Amino acid sequence: MDFRLTKEEELKKEAFEAFFESEMKNAPPAFGNGGLEGVYDTEEGFEFHTYMAGKLAEKGWLSMGWPKLYGGQEASIMEQVIFDEVRGYYSAPGVDAFAVDMFAPTLMAGASDEQKARLLPPIRDGKAFYCQGWSEPDAGSDLASLTTTAIREGDHYVVNGQKTWTTGAHRAEYMFLLARTDPESRRGKGLSVFHLRMDLPGVQVRPLLYMNGKHVYNEVFFNDVKIPAEDLIGVEGEGWALTRQTMNFERSGAGGFSGAKRYLEQMIDYARNTTRNGQQLSKDPNARRKMAEVFIGAEVGKSLAYKIAWMHQKGDFAGLITAASASKLFSTELAQKLANDATEIMGLYGQLEDDPDAPLGGAMSDLYQMCKGATIFAGTNEIQRNLIAWVGLGLPRLKFK
Amino acid sequence: MDLDFNKEQDMLRKSVAEFLAKECPFDTVREIEDSAEGFNKKMWKKMAKLGWMEIHFPEAYGGLGDPFVEMTIIMEEMGKKAFPSPFFSTVILCGLVLLEGGSDKQKKAFLPKIAAGKKIMALAQYEKEASYLEAGIQLSAQSEGADYILNGKKMFVPNANIADEIIVAARTIQGVTLFLVDAKTPGVSIQKMQTIGKDNNCVVTFDNVNVPGDAMVGEPGAGWHILEQMAPKATVAKCAEMLGGCEESIAMTTAYAKERVQYSTPIGGFQAIQHYMADMRVAYDTSIYYLHKVVWMLDEGMDATKEVSALKAQVNEQYKFITERAVQIHGGIGTTREFNIGLFYRRAKAFEYILGDTAYHHDKLADALGM
Repeated sequence: MDFRLTKEEELKKEAFEAFFESEMKNAPPAFGNGGLEGVYDTEEGFEFHTYMAGKLAEKGWLSMGWPKLYGGQEASIMEQVIFDEVRGYYSAPGVDAFAVDMFAPTLMAGASDEQKARLLPPIRDGKAFYCQGWSEPDAGSDLASLTTTAIREGDHYVVNGQKTWTTGAHRAEYMFLLARTDPESRRGKGLSVFHLRMDLPGVQVRPLLYMNGKHVYNEVFFNDVKIPAEDLIGVEGEGWALTRQTMNFERSGAGGFSGAKRYLEQMIDYARNTTRNGQQLSKDPNARRKMAEVFIGAEVGKSLAYKIAWMHQKGDFAGLITAASASKLFSTELAQKLANDATEIMGLYGQLEDDPDAPLGGAMSDLYQMCKGATIFAGTNEIQRNLIAWVGLGLPRLKFK
Repeated sequence: MDLDFNKEQDMLRKSVAEFLAKECPFDTVREIEDSAEGFNKKMWKKMAKLGWMEIHFPEAYGGLGDPFVEMTIIMEEMGKKAFPSPFFSTVILCGLVLLEGGSDKQKKAFLPKIAAGKKIMALAQYEKEASYLEAGIQLSAQSEGADYILNGKKMFVPNANIADEIIVAARTIQGVTLFLVDAKTPGVSIQKMQTIGKDNNCVVTFDNVNVPGDAMVGEPGAGWHILEQMAPKATVAKCAEMLGGCEESIAMTTAYAKERVQYSTPIGGFQAIQHYMADMRVAYDTSIYYLHKVVWMLDEGMDATKEVSALKAQVNEQYKFITERAVQIHGGIGTTREFNIGLFYRRAKAFEYILGDTAYHHDKLADALGM
C-alpha cells in the first residue's frame, strides 16, 4: 500500500495550485463565494466563468481526461482527481460540468463522426456552454417518466414540453436534451438525446429563483421548437441507454472535500481571532468539537475520493457505483454540516449574508442555503442510498409498476 | 499510488481469518466471556506458533521486522470474530512500550518471550479519576535506595488477572515513570471489574510494592513520552479491530435483511431498511479507507497526530452507529445473548474508551488544528 503521489503527480498538483492561486485573484466581487450562484447569478460572475474556461482550455485542462483522438491529454484518473481537488479548494469556476463532464462523454460514446468534429472542439476550447435538459416537473428522481416529446417531421424534430431545475439555462447557448421521440413509449424506451440551440424559436426560459433570491435555476418551455435532425445524438429511441452510460458514476467528489477543508481553515482563523464572553472562540468546547468533526469528515471523504480514483484505475466498476454514490451523499451532507456548524459558532453573525459585518464574507450563510440544493440535485441522496443498498449490499431493488 | 494490500498481506489475513473461524466461533466467544479467566490458553499458544506476535518486532529481538500494517490486518480479523484475547494488551500496548522505551536488555528479555506466547502483559495507566491525561497518573513510586516503593490503585487495566507482568505508569519526583512489575510481587492485588465488554478489565492495587530500579522502562520521568510514542500505532490497531467489527456487523445484518420476511417480502426490500444500511456502509467505507491511509503514514514515519485522533473519534462514533442500527434491523432477536450481533454492540461501547474517547480525541485534534 502506498498513498504517495508520483513525482509527476506532485508537479501537476503544484502547477494546478499555482494556476488557481494566481487566476482567482481576477475574480470580480460579483463572483462572491463562488459555487453555482457565483457562476450563474450575475453577468460578471458568468463572464469570469467564461474567462476561466478559456484559461483552462489554453492549458488543455478542460479535456485532460479525453482521448488524444479528440484533442485530449489522456491524463490519468489520479491527475483528474488532483485537479478536481485543487479546483475545489479554490472554489474556482471555468469547468462547465454539463459540457465537459456530461455531454462530451455522451458525444464520444454515441455521436457520429460529423457531430464529434462539430461539437467537441468548442467544449474542449471552453467556448461552448451547456445546460442539462433532463428534469421535468413530474420527472425528478424518476427521470425515465419524462414526457417532453420530440417528434420527427421531415428533416427536423418538433419539441413540446417543459424542463425544470435547469441550472444556468439563462446563460447557456446550448442544451443537451432528453426527450421522448416515440410518444406512445413508456419509461426508458423511446427516449432520445439532442443537441439544442437555446436561441431557437419557441424556447422560453423562466427564472426559478433560489430561496435566497439568486438566479441559478430555470424552467424551460418548448413550444413547437424545431431541432434539425442532424442534432439527434446517437440512435433514435436509444437515448436512455446513452444517458445512463454517462451518468458520471466515476466522479470522485474530491473537490467537495477540499472545499470543506478550505472553509475549515477560514473558520479556524476566524475562531482564533474572535473573542466572546471573555475568551477566544477557539477555546469554546462546542466550537472545538464541531471543527474537529468537520475536519474528520473532510479527511475520511478525501480518502473515499482517492479510493474512487484507484477503483477507476483498476477497472473495479461495481465498486465505483457504490463509492461514487457514497461520495455524493457524504460530501453534500458534510457541506450541510459545515454550514450549520459554522453559522452556529458565529452566533448572531451567522445570519449575515452579503453584509459588511458578515464573517467569511457571508460564505457560510450562503452555503447554508445553497448546499440544500446539493443533497437534492444530481440524484437525491435518497436515490444514492438506494443505489448503495442495491449495488453495494445486494438488497432487493424497488419494483416499478 | 497503490491502495491494495500485497500478496503476503492477503495471505496473512486469510490465515488469521481461517484460524479464528475454526478455533473461535461465536459460541466459544461467549464461553470465554463468561469464564473467570476470560482467556483461552490453548488458542494463545497456537497463535504464537503461527507467528502472529513477532511480526512487528525487529529482527534483532527475534521478530520479523514487518511493517505495522500487518498488525492492523490481524486486529481487523480478530475484530470480525469478536475474538477475546490478551493480544492487544500484550503484543501491542506493552510490546510497543518496550520497543519505544525499553533498554536493550529488557527487549532481549521480554520480546522473544512475548513472541513465543510465554508472557502475557498488561499496561496499567488509568486511575480513579479516569483521566486520559498525564495529570491523571498519580500512583506513587518512591525511591528507596536502588528500589522503588509503589503505592496506589490502577483501574481499567486490561488482562491484569492473567498477566505475568504489568507495566505500571507511576509518578516519581521526576514525573511519570514506567515500571515493569511481576504480577506475583507481594503487595500487588488484582480484581476483575464487571464491564460491558465482558473483558478482563481489572483493578490493580499496589500496597508497598517493592520494585527494583532496573525494572524501570526508560528514564525516570520519561513515562508519559513513551506512552505518547506508543499511542498512535496502538490506537490505529484498536481502530482496525473496531472496523473489523463494523464489517462483520454489516455483513450479518445484510444477510439477515435478505432472509427475514415480513409482509411477504424480505425486510431488506424496504427503503427504510435500505437507507439505514446504506448509511452503515458509507460509515464503514469512509472509515476503513482512512484507516489504511493513517497506518501507511505511521509506517512511513510521518507525523500523524491529527490523523490518528481523527480516526479514533470517527471509528468510535461509527462503530456505535453501525452496531446500533444493526441491532435495530435485527429486531427483537438482535437483543438476545444468544444472537451474535449483541457481541458487537457491546464491544463498540467497550472499545470507545480504549486509548481515548471521542471527546478526548476531538480536543486533541482541535489543539492540533490550532484552535
